[in-house]
Amino acid sequence: MNEIGLEHLLIVSTCLFFIGIYGFLTRRNMITMLMSVELILNSVNINFIAFNKYLFPDKLDGVFFTVFIITIAAAEAAVAIAIIINLYRHYKSIDVNDAEKMRF
Amino acid sequence: MIDSTYILLIPLLPFLSFLLIGLLGRTYFPKQCSIIGTLSLFASFVISLVVAYQYFFQIGQVNGIYQKITAFKMVWLQFSPNISIDMGILLDPISVMMLLVVTFISFMIHVYSMGYMHGDPRISVFYSFLSLFTFSMLGLVISTNIFQIYIFWELVGISSFLLIGYYYEKPSAVAASKKAFIVTRFADLGFLVGILILSFQSETLDFQTLIERLTTDTEYLNSATTASFFGFSALTWGLTLVFAGGAGKSAMLPFHIWLPDAMEGPTPVSALIHAATMVVAGVYLVARLFPVFSISAPEALNIVAYVGAFSSLFAAIIACTQTDIKRVLAYSTMSQIGFMMFALGVSGYGGEEGLGYTASMFHLFTHAMFKALLFLCAGAVIHYVHSNEMNDMGGLRKLMPVTHITFLIACLAITGIPPFSGFFSKEEILLAAYHSNKLIFAMGILTAALTAFYMFRLYFTIFWSKPFKSHQAETAHHGEAPGTMLLPLIILAFFAAITGLIRFGKYVSSDGAALISELHVDFSIAPVLIALLGIGIAYYLYKKENDTPQKLATGLSGFYKAAYGKFYIDELYLFITKGIVFNLVGRPIAWFDKNIVDGGINLSASTVGYISETIKKFQSGKVQDYAIYFFAATIGFVLLFIYLWS
Repeated sequence: MNEIGLEHLLIVSTCLFFIGIYGFLTRRNMITMLMSVELILNSVNINFIAFNKYLFPDKLDGVFFTVFIITIAAAEAAVAIAIIINLYRHYKSIDVNDAEKMRF
Repeated sequence: MIDSTYILLIPLLPFLSFLLIGLLGRTYFPKQCSIIGTLSLFASFVISLVVAYQYFFQIGQVNGIYQKITAFKMVWLQFSPNISIDMGILLDPISVMMLLVVTFISFMIHVYSMGYMHGDPRISVFYSFLSLFTFSMLGLVISTNIFQIYIFWELVGISSFLLIGYYYEKPSAVAASKKAFIVTRFADLGFLVGILILSFQSETLDFQTLIERLTTDTEYLNSATTASFFGFSALTWGLTLVFAGGAGKSAMLPFHIWLPDAMEGPTPVSALIHAATMVVAGVYLVARLFPVFSISAPEALNIVAYVGAFSSLFAAIIACTQTDIKRVLAYSTMSQIGFMMFALGVSGYGGEEGLGYTASMFHLFTHAMFKALLFLCAGAVIHYVHSNEMNDMGGLRKLMPVTHITFLIACLAITGIPPFSGFFSKEEILLAAYHSNKLIFAMGILTAALTAFYMFRLYFTIFWSKPFKSHQAETAHHGEAPGTMLLPLIILAFFAAITGLIRFGKYVSSDGAALISELHVDFSIAPVLIALLGIGIAYYLYKKENDTPQKLATGLSGFYKAAYGKFYIDELYLFITKGIVFNLVGRPIAWFDKNIVDGGINLSASTVGYISETIKKFQSGKVQDYAIYFFAATIGFVLLFIYLWS
């Protein structure tokens, strides 16, 4: 049994990233789309941690970035949910296709 | 040198009254406008008299020769050290004479209009236009600079336009004013080109310098006469084009078509502008440049002579057939101006040779008097009859005794019966023509006979013929015209009768020296007899109402119809403009504009529209579509960086 290397972690994060993208593009429910965005962010977090651990073990930059991203993700979730609630009040629905008035 | 500042008042007083009446008169003092205008003109007239007295008797002459005095000069636009447009006052015999004529006739017309236009709601507008016209005309005659004369020339044109179109509710008046403006404007194009040629050759715009450079043997004259274009020298071309401008204002062939239509204006306007003053501006222009015409470009002077003689005969023939009295007078004006033109054309420069020049100016002077009088009488008649048509008149001599006598005096004057004024000037013209060009002389004699005929045809038809029928009941309160109309008639009749006795050659001659012309009794017998013959024929045909004129007209049917239709010049112009220019030039250009130019613009617009119509679908409003574009673009950039960066 080989030790888990950098490639394994990158494969996991890439999978996670594209799952997030897929979810974001195909789900019509705005909450689910928000969750997909969280998946994308977390895949980036895994990347930061993996590169930090395998390439620069004596530094903490990657960990710092991860902590920042988690913080911002929390803030972003708050804003997004506020928007979603407002849209829900307006349309009585959280289907993203109902909110398509902002166009030509 | 006289103190010149007060001369400025002559043109400025009418200008001030124009501003005052035009800006404030209609609102604040509509009743007093006529009085203000008339008083300012009276003041101008008095100052002109003083100036004339000073010029002719005190300071004008040096060693027996009248000098050209620049009384006032102000540089208005400086193009180069040599060429500038000045505003100024040039005093010489003809300009002083014109000052007198213009202020006098204009003053008379102002007085007359008080009666004629009485009760017109727009009388303030009328008087402001009259003042504007008088200002422009005075500015024109005292010009020191060929460009100054052009500026005032156009001002005169615009005031004529305004006054012809005074009755703007009448479509015919509107059409006539447009026609007058366009035709004269077209001729003025020639004038402008002529000015450019002359000033290019002589490198100056100042009249005196220009005349001096183009008459004495200098490099300017050499280059102007040697530069050739289509076989004529640049100088001949320049002068001919200037003459074309003059022909436009003076209603010479082929630019005469506007003058008869201009009679749509109020009658005092016809008397002032289209008989006595503005239409002689062309003659004045040729006289102003006369030394250049005579000494350096005899070909151009020949053109003047033939155009003048032909127009004169042509107009006289048409005048015999017209039935609108103002139109008859309009054609007679054209004919008399033709006289002045060919008198200039046959004249030489200096001494006895210059008789034609003196005669022309003399005729201009006397013509202003008797033609203004004729128009004012016609105005009085129209005022009474309420019609311009000859056939509605007849037998008016008892009803309008003053108008009758003054009209008769004017007719005798224009016909050239001694001792009335027209006799003296016309004899001088014919004498000058006799000595220089027999063909023109023959045309002049024929025209004189026709003049006698049509003037007395007019006279007999209006005042004798059948008894006056219509509105008999109204005559009690509608007799002879009011005093303000009769007074100018009487004054003008007085001058029309006696101005011929002035020894005109003593004051006005081509070179400034006195020209003593004796009355050639033996020469003048023939023209007077011919004129009397014309009167006799008119007496025979029109004294009593009969059907002889009708028979005569039927006998000469083809020619009579052509003359009645004014030889179809109007139709010819219409054919050329509407038929040829519009169809062959205008419509293709319009097509090009509509299809090619507009089409090009429309094509680019519709292309942009199509493209934006296509790409606006990308802005769907769906968040996930935008996300797809975003990711696709990111991937595209990534691929771009990976494969194309190195």
